[in-house]
Amino acid sequence: MAALQLEKQRGRYAALAIAAVVIVVGIPLWWKTTETYRAWLPFSEISELDTLQLQLSVDIEVVFSRGTLTPEQQKKVPLSHVSEKEHKIDAKTGLRYKYETRYRTATVMEEDALNQQTAAEADLSLHMLSESSCGSVVVYVIPESSTLLPEDVKVYVGQRRTALLRSPPFKSSWSLKEVLSSLDVKVEQVVSTMSFNHEDIVAALSDRVRMTKVTKESMADSMRAIKSSPGYEITFSLLNPDPKSHSLHWDIEGAVKSYIQPLLNKLAPIANFSVDSQILYYAVLGVNPRFDNSVSAYTLNADSLSHVINPVEARLGSNAASSNPVLNFLLYVPDAHHSPLFIRDHSKREVPSNAFHSPRWGGIMVYNVNEMYGPEAEHPVDIHINMAKVMGVFLAQLRLMLGVQHTHPPPGFVLQSPGSAGLADWELDRLLWSRSVENIATASTTITSLAQLLDQIGNIVINDNIAQQVSSAVTSLQSAVAELEAGNLAFALQYSREAILASERAFFDPSLLHLLYFPDDQKFAIYIPLFLPMCVPIVLSLLKIVSEAKKRRADKQAKND
Amino acid sequence: MAAHRCGLSLVFILIFSNLAHPSCCDTLEKSNGNTGEKQSISDAPREVNIDGSVAREDLNERQWQSTDVEVDRSDGTKDSESFTPAAAKDQFQEELVIRPLHSGDIYASFQFRTLWDIDFLQEGQKVSHYRLFPKSLGQVLSKFSVRELHISFTQGFWRTMQWGQPFIPSPPGAELWVWFHDTVSDVDGNWKELTNVLSGIFCASLNFIDLTNTVQPSASFKPLGLGNVTDHRFLRYATLPREIVCTENLTPWKKLLPCGSKAGLAVLMKSEKLFHSSFHSQAVHIRPVCQDEKCTSKAWELRQTLNVVFDLYTSGQSKKEWSLFKMFSRTLTEACPLATSSKIFVDITDNPEGELFDLSPATPLLSQAVVLGDRRTYSVYDLTKVETFGQLRSLNLLLRWKGDSGDMLRPLLHAERYVAGFGLQTGEIHTVIYNNHPYRAFPVLLMDSVPWYLQLYIHTLTVTSKSRDNKPSYIHYQPAKDRHRPHLLEMLIQLPPHSMTEVTVQFERALLKWTEYTPDPNHGFYVGSCVVSALVPSMVAMNTNFTLDQPLFSSFVPVKEESSYFVRVYTEPLLVNLPTPDFSMPYNVICLTCTVVAVGYGSFYNLLTRTFQVDEPSLPLAKRLANLIRRIRGVPLLT
Repeated sequence: MAALQLEKQRGRYAALAIAAVVIVVGIPLWWKTTETYRAWLPFSEISELDTLQLQLSVDIEVVFSRGTLTPEQQKKVPLSHVSEKEHKIDAKTGLRYKYETRYRTATVMEEDALNQQTAAEADLSLHMLSESSCGSVVVYVIPESSTLLPEDVKVYVGQRRTALLRSPPFKSSWSLKEVLSSLDVKVEQVVSTMSFNHEDIVAALSDRVRMTKVTKESMADSMRAIKSSPGYEITFSLLNPDPKSHSLHWDIEGAVKSYIQPLLNKLAPIANFSVDSQILYYAVLGVNPRFDNSVSAYTLNADSLSHVINPVEARLGSNAASSNPVLNFLLYVPDAHHSPLFIRDHSKREVPSNAFHSPRWGGIMVYNVNEMYGPEAEHPVDIHINMAKVMGVFLAQLRLMLGVQHTHPPPGFVLQSPGSAGLADWELDRLLWSRSVENIATASTTITSLAQLLDQIGNIVINDNIAQQVSSAVTSLQSAVAELEAGNLAFALQYSREAILASERAFFDPSLLHLLYFPDDQKFAIYIPLFLPMCVPIVLSLLKIVSEAKKRRADKQAKND
Repeated sequence: MAAHRCGLSLVFILIFSNLAHPSCCDTLEKSNGNTGEKQSISDAPREVNIDGSVAREDLNERQWQSTDVEVDRSDGTKDSESFTPAAAKDQFQEELVIRPLHSGDIYASFQFRTLWDIDFLQEGQKVSHYRLFPKSLGQVLSKFSVRELHISFTQGFWRTMQWGQPFIPSPPGAELWVWFHDTVSDVDGNWKELTNVLSGIFCASLNFIDLTNTVQPSASFKPLGLGNVTDHRFLRYATLPREIVCTENLTPWKKLLPCGSKAGLAVLMKSEKLFHSSFHSQAVHIRPVCQDEKCTSKAWELRQTLNVVFDLYTSGQSKKEWSLFKMFSRTLTEACPLATSSKIFVDITDNPEGELFDLSPATPLLSQAVVLGDRRTYSVYDLTKVETFGQLRSLNLLLRWKGDSGDMLRPLLHAERYVAGFGLQTGEIHTVIYNNHPYRAFPVLLMDSVPWYLQLYIHTLTVTSKSRDNKPSYIHYQPAKDRHRPHLLEMLIQLPPHSMTEVTVQFERALLKWTEYTPDPNHGFYVGSCVVSALVPSMVAMNTNFTLDQPLFSSFVPVKEESSYFVRVYTEPLLVNLPTPDFSMPYNVICLTCTVVAVGYGSFYNLLTRTFQVDEPSLPLAKRLANLIRRIRGVPLLT
């Protein structure tokens, strides 16, 4: 009987030993050998990015010229003042604007500059004196009686980052504080014109924030601007549906050089642009224009515009050599039988520019040539296109597409037209602000959704290069946020571009798809033929051991009782 | 091991639930270029993650708004006056050659040429303003520094013995060969990217070209354009014999034409007719050429060719007649207005007195050209002239045969190829080259590119002519590397007059990994055509003068000497069966091994854990039976 007991004991130990070997060696070995490679990702930092607190800092300099302050008031300047505004956009996104205003009196040189004949000259010579940094605003307060500005103009915004502000009437008995507070309202208006304003920034955050209460107009504005991208392809296409009756010549090379290139040079910090052009023959619009007897011309209504472009678009072609977004600008010369052709807007009025545009796609201009045929013209007629007229329209459309919004200045403001460069410095700044914020928003969304995705699906292999892209995106994002906080707009934009590039590269990396995702249940179906016969005896003998032990304890207890 | 684990589950899915992931097959099948790849990748994660980045690209809905601009007309007039029209730097020509073949088929060959006096590869100057030259191709040329590009898509096989030589030969499937500019440092990278971009442009599976089917021939593919490059490091050649050519390849090809398919000869290209033919081949050739006779400056030539052979004899109720309308279901009404010349040539060499066939409408214009070593006579229809179209304002060429045509002269050079041998282990490739010239011997260059999974035994290479050993004067052989590069064999062989030369080489079939098999492995694996290039002695003096107004079909290959002309012959592609496993086997193997392991393990486990005890021996069966009977009878039991 003792031998039997011993034998039973041995069996029990053997079963326990096998179970131990399976648990200690087998399972870790199986786990280790079938593991997918997942490089380490900075999940904690990414989850910090999920809640974004952006702080935008602007340097404002308010310069008092001679005759605006009384000597007592002057004694107290220079001084500075910081004001902050906080907005909560949604649960995870917050904005804080920090305005650092410094007040000082004008130097002798600046006084000289302000004594020029016209505001434009003053603007230029002020610009010569000192180069203001990207993103900052300088406001010169000039005396009420100054002749620099016309009578009814309160504020003049120059081509650079300076504005001239006609001082409101001060009482000489006022303390400096009262003077400043009376100025504050005006300065704030100037800043919101020349630098960012809240609506733009919120629109730029549209990637992160589901907008509910945004007005339709600002939505249209933000929709119109093409999404931030490292580069853009601008394509000008001349559509000639009727090469039999007219042969068209356009000096696109010269026109691009003189009209488009200055603007693009100015925008170089934002993205790389490449410009090309082509001529498409037999490209027809998708809608047959209707003949209108009252004006004896063909007309296209605004409602039908959306159908116009589809057949043409198939022939435009995408850029074969890059994957950047394309902006198309089409010049359509209607064929002899359908001209002149005019576009009518929703209120049935003719559009003076005869052009229309579509957000993020580009624009079309209709160019009528019927008056150039002449009485006994020989077909095909040689026609030279007036590029100044065409490029004026395309330039305006291009500015819209790039997000250089129309500013609606408050009454009393005069904006100097940007001149040959096509873009004033402060307009560029506005664009840089919203682009930086937009890039940060997009990159943070991309990176958080990538992290979430990788977290959810445990089967995706994360290679080292993806981990590296993700971490570089995260560091760039952090630097971009920090630079925005410090007010270094140029650096902020640069870092945000790097962040967006790295995050997109990580998100679209093909290696994420190398091994497709297999559900766990199917995976275990493969293992069952191996696992089931192995585990059943182990589990059963373990159960048996446990029940025997229980029984023995119960027996012992019964004996004790 | 991770791959292993998922690999096993992939097998499982393939077997038991092959519809669980239909999308994954799509992704593997065709990822056209970079953008396509990006697209297919982006789909999957975005579906999973709705709240994240989905919102980023939902802008299908377009809003159209009128543009308000203050148009300043002040400096406009000045600008347009100062503008002088630049001299037309590009020109376009179109041409159709129709040759009635002796077999009763009709050979129609379209050629479109765009010449542009510009240099894409000039340093520091970016070409970005396009007129007649297609923008997409121009961008490709300048981005990848391409010196010369030849791409062809062919459906069907050109039967040299029945049809003679084509104007521009091409192998079945897709063929691409590119000379890169010698400033390119990473030729392989450029080549990979270029094939991806081209597959996007032409809607073809050129993205399946990789290093395993790319070769660098040392002698067979010399540049056809300007520039005497010999360094074959900058040449890449690949064929995809499996590629099927159809409408989706024709449409982008037509789009490259300045007039599209709206005017000119291209209106004839209706795909339902073009693909209802014995042979269809479309090609794009880009190369630098001389601007003028003196050749002082470079121009770029884009030549688009489309060759079709119609079998009108069998489809036309055995009546030997054809017309443009019958072939293309269209007639011609105008030339492309952008073309400087637009002509139709009909080969009437065999019909000098009109005894063989009638051609209507008749044309007084005749032209003679020496092409492929033969002087041919053509009726010419000039579409730029109004009188060509007659009173009906449409041109419908009609040819009616009167009698049977005589026999065709056999082409001087011809080649064919087949696989010999049995079983799935070894085999032998036979290439047979015929020299039909009665008294002249000439050398040919043979180029063969064989995939790595046919392991060639190069020591078994034999070349025999007239049952005697024929020693090649030049052999360039590059052995394959498994999964990295194919075999490349180039030989210069002298063909004796009126002879048949046979090249044989034995091979062994490799076993592929199970992921390397095509979706239909039992169909077999294609081996691309063998290319035979030769300067064939010409019967008539070739025209060596370069003139711009030569017909397009005779000016493609530059003629260097009068006594011979260049011919390239492609053999049939081979279809080779490789040993193919049963693809459901891995799961069976899993089940089997698991069972074996489980049985072994089970008995082992039992042995270890079972409790052994001495058992009372039981009575033998005979005794028990006896006891049973005894119990019934009431007799004392046995023990």
